[in-house]
Amino acid sequence: MTALQIIFLLAAAVILISAVMVTATRNMVHAALWLIATLFGVAVIFAVLEAGFLAVVQVVVYIGAIAIMFIFAVMLTRREMLDKGPQMNKRAWLAGILCVVIFASLIYMLSSWVGFNQIPLLVGNADTLTLLGQSLLLPSAYLLPFEVASVLLLAALVGAVYVASNRKQEEK
Amino acid sequence: MIPLSWFLILSAALFSIGLFGVMARKNAVAILLSVELMLNAVNINLVAFWRYGNIVNMAGQVFAIIVFAVAAAEVAVGLALVISVYRRFNTVVADEIDLMKW
Amino acid sequence: MQDPIGNLYNWLMGWLVSWGVDQAISNILLSLVGIVILVTIAMVLDVFLVWIERKVVARFQDRLGPNRIGPWGIFQPFADIIKLLIKEDTTPNGADVFVFNLAPILSLASVLLLWAVLPIAEVVFGVDLNVALLYIVAAGAIGTLSVIMAGWSSNNKFALVGAYRMVANMISYEIPMVVILLIPAILTGSMSMLTISQSQEQYWFVLVVPLAALVFLISAIAELGRSPFDLNEGESEIVSGFHIEYSGMKFGLFYAGELLHAFTFGAFISILFFGGYNGPGVTQMPVLGVFYFFIKAMIGYWIIMWVKYTVPRIRIDHMLYFNWKFLVPFSISILVMTAVMHKSLSGYETPVYVGGMLAANLVLGWITIEILRAQARKQRKMDDPNSRVVAELTH
Repeated sequence: MTALQIIFLLAAAVILISAVMVTATRNMVHAALWLIATLFGVAVIFAVLEAGFLAVVQVVVYIGAIAIMFIFAVMLTRREMLDKGPQMNKRAWLAGILCVVIFASLIYMLSSWVGFNQIPLLVGNADTLTLLGQSLLLPSAYLLPFEVASVLLLAALVGAVYVASNRKQEEK
Repeated sequence: MIPLSWFLILSAALFSIGLFGVMARKNAVAILLSVELMLNAVNINLVAFWRYGNIVNMAGQVFAIIVFAVAAAEVAVGLALVISVYRRFNTVVADEIDLMKW
Repeated sequence: MQDPIGNLYNWLMGWLVSWGVDQAISNILLSLVGIVILVTIAMVLDVFLVWIERKVVARFQDRLGPNRIGPWGIFQPFADIIKLLIKEDTTPNGADVFVFNLAPILSLASVLLLWAVLPIAEVVFGVDLNVALLYIVAAGAIGTLSVIMAGWSSNNKFALVGAYRMVANMISYEIPMVVILLIPAILTGSMSMLTISQSQEQYWFVLVVPLAALVFLISAIAELGRSPFDLNEGESEIVSGFHIEYSGMKFGLFYAGELLHAFTFGAFISILFFGGYNGPGVTQMPVLGVFYFFIKAMIGYWIIMWVKYTVPRIRIDHMLYFNWKFLVPFSISILVMTAVMHKSLSGYETPVYVGGMLAANLVLGWITIEILRAQARKQRKMDDPNSRVVAELTH
């Protein structure tokens, strides 16, 4: 059991337990906080996979922005005294069976693939951060998806502000 | 050394848990939370395949960054919609957001 | 003396291996010892900072400050700590106990995480991350999270509103801060703090991008939640905001975290723009860098305190207006100007380069001031003559 394996197992345990708590807890703010624990675990997994940039971006974008948006949205859409109903659908057990079936079939399909038990190659001296920057900015690499993503974010910004704005004055 | 299968199993499990959350929860914000779990599972998958494949080919990490951007955009618009719906119907329970007669 | 940490590490490692401990485990053990030492230094410095803060604020306000306990009141922080420890540790009725207790711990932890990437000297640092600048933003995000956890779990309306305002403030001012953090990355070609310090051996970056240093100072003060941006936690404003329900050592953790955060940002300003550990004689004896680093960080912290105790508080809508309508376009234009000038001037030798960048900064600053003046004139014409003061404040 190398140290890396122990770190992976701990992070995976945190991720899976927090994910189950996200889907099972009644209190919505607690669900958002469990999501934050899951996101931390995923950041640790990225660091184990030697994608340090992605680990830090995960903390900044997901935990620093998206999770806070969720907490605000939960606080803005609560109804006092009305959190008492059942918080799962009536046929939730069917969803549970379906998810177990999907999980099992995914593992079955993947395990029949040749590379399923690969050992990682040594990283060597590749400076992955510089390579990542270059691949995002070279037209022969992935410049177009990068620009399209920025346009998408602009559209989301404008759309979200417009949709969430209070237009009661216009309707009157 | 961690075999690739561990990462793939973790990602599949996280994806299934997220899928369960989407299908089983009533609260609209909780459904969006579970969608975030699914997106994170996809990210783990992408970066694992990048690491265990050809490291010089940055497609895995670039794709993961695009998924970050898309997830952020989707959460922003989705939550704006949920808040707007809450203003109209005064509820976020998915069953009650219903204008139909039957 | 050239590499004290490295020599100490090798000596301890040899000692542990000769006892029969496995190489990997002794590596982990020594890393843990290093972490404990660094955190201890940071926290002892924090205690010292309490004393400095109180003395400096007293002098700014033309009084003496604590001078009873020890010479010049130097043991005052210890009295404060004892007072905080023996206070009753209340938890409000209906509070979310786990989250309530976790918030101050996360707040202090997010500041201590920043100390891992500070290059105190060329050979004394925690870790040389190649994404250190982004790591700083990430640790700030954890701090934001702890604020909202504190505000929510207190079961108190004032705490919640204070937390909302604080989080709105912090996430708004992260944008100019991140844009300005890109500028040393452009000038150096790397996001690592150690590389940024190393490349300031000839000239400090403040000579090349003074506008960026100014904007970073402003957004750092806003990120810290200190005056003049402390509407969210002033006692006369919102009854100390998200701190309300915390008493005893939990409040002590918040307070210590804030002071250490301010000092750490002073250290960042000195590393990013004022040369970090560079100074005369550092190339021969690298350990001298520790001395220069602390002096520069203290000067940065003193500037932050100076602004705090001189300028009055700004209203929340003015704060957000200032960020979104002025700082964000300004910082983006500084970024574009720096990138263009750096690319076009990078072939020339140093005096031409520094002079050219400085001239470009001054031109941009002058253009900004002219635009602001024109806007203020227009605003003045629109309003009445007796609201001229309001117009000048909002622009």
